[in-house]
Amino acid sequence: MVKVIFTENLKRHIDCPPCEVEAASVAEALAKVFAAHPRLGSYILDDQGGLRKHVMVTVDNNLILDRESLSDPLDQNSEVYVLQALSGG
Amino acid sequence: MGIRALIATRKGLFRLNQDKTLEPVDFLGVPVSMTLAAENRKYWYAALDHGHFGVKLHRSEDSGKSWQEINCPSYSGAESGDEKPKAFSLNLIWSLAYADDGPGDKLWAGTVPGGLFYSKDAGLSWHLNEYLWQKNIEQSWFGGGFDSAGIHSICVDPRDHNEVKIAVSCAGVWVTRDSGKSWKNCSKGMRAEYMPPDRAYDVTIQDPHLLVQCATNPDHLWVQHHNGIFKSSDNAASWQEVRDVEPSVFGFATAVHPRDPECAWFVPGVKDECRIPVDGKLVVTCTRDGGKSFEKLTAGLPQQPSYDLVFRHGLDIDKSGEQLLLGSTTGNLWLTENQGNHWQCLSTFLPPIYAVRFL
Repeated sequence: MVKVIFTENLKRHIDCPPCEVEAASVAEALAKVFAAHPRLGSYILDDQGGLRKHVMVTVDNNLILDRESLSDPLDQNSEVYVLQALSGG
Repeated sequence: MGIRALIATRKGLFRLNQDKTLEPVDFLGVPVSMTLAAENRKYWYAALDHGHFGVKLHRSEDSGKSWQEINCPSYSGAESGDEKPKAFSLNLIWSLAYADDGPGDKLWAGTVPGGLFYSKDAGLSWHLNEYLWQKNIEQSWFGGGFDSAGIHSICVDPRDHNEVKIAVSCAGVWVTRDSGKSWKNCSKGMRAEYMPPDRAYDVTIQDPHLLVQCATNPDHLWVQHHNGIFKSSDNAASWQEVRDVEPSVFGFATAVHPRDPECAWFVPGVKDECRIPVDGKLVVTCTRDGGKSFEKLTAGLPQQPSYDLVFRHGLDIDKSGEQLLLGSTTGNLWLTENQGNHWQCLSTFLPPIYAVRFL
């Protein structure tokens, strides 16, 4: 199972517990998490479905490359961290 | 204790009580870009601007005691006109207005990057105004203060709610008379110093910083523009520039008396990027004769070096026309109960103030 973990800083605003999902890409993993937590999606993605400018996502400790479509692949046991970028101030 | 006004700041929403005390309402630490509330309305709103996590909208149904997150306007599906669509996304809710006299479930939202949205169900769903959005794309509206254009002023005509005026930085003043089905640019007479001379009177590039409408004499409107003050006495059909106002015609905020359309207030600063009080003295200017003459109101405002900037929504006037609130980026808040003849400083410790709004 893929593990998706959200930054502590987001918990101040919305419930976002760690989730375990089956997914082959970041997009698929996040879609499954957001299906269970409908309000959470807009905190991470912009109106066009891309990653928000000041949000970072890592897969197994590496920043994802595709911030628009989130097509970066996942392994069966990947860890996905959704983090607050320092660029946001 | 009753609430006199709400204060939207860089670090949360605050309330000014009738006894002039201040206390936090909610959203501590989060920028509140705009709030919409009134004593007789069921629904109150607060727009948040999370730096990292996007714009959010909250609604209260118990006069601000508790707030629930509701849906936000979205640019998903907004046409860009380009072969390669631009990734438009909501950057800021800059203005909110009740669309009629009801409980507050029908409302307009002006946003950056330049879309006007309408909700008829208290924010459950939002609809981008397509007519205006196409004008934005066709005319290449550009940003004033932000990277993209923004709608900061919404005036719903008290005589006919189907008539709405908005002001855009930078695309001038627009008017609809059919609830937004069609719009017309009504900026004739406005002048832009920041463009090549041949385009100075181009109505589509004007930068009104704020548009206000007299509540009981709605044909009369005032605009604090990027390079001047403009007045209309014919329901925005034409605008006359008010020149030679000391200490400066540059500023963001303006307020008009609800019953006397010739009486308006402004908060001047040093243009353009400097944006501090002229000579370090914070003053409010007031005309009582439609702009023929102005009085400098200084009593109670800092006349030693001060660096207060008052944003466009940082000045408000109450329904009586006697009280005005003035909130600055330095976190200072002043109240006058006699039209500005004397200002009382209520706090010097608030976060930077984005908007003040009497209930």
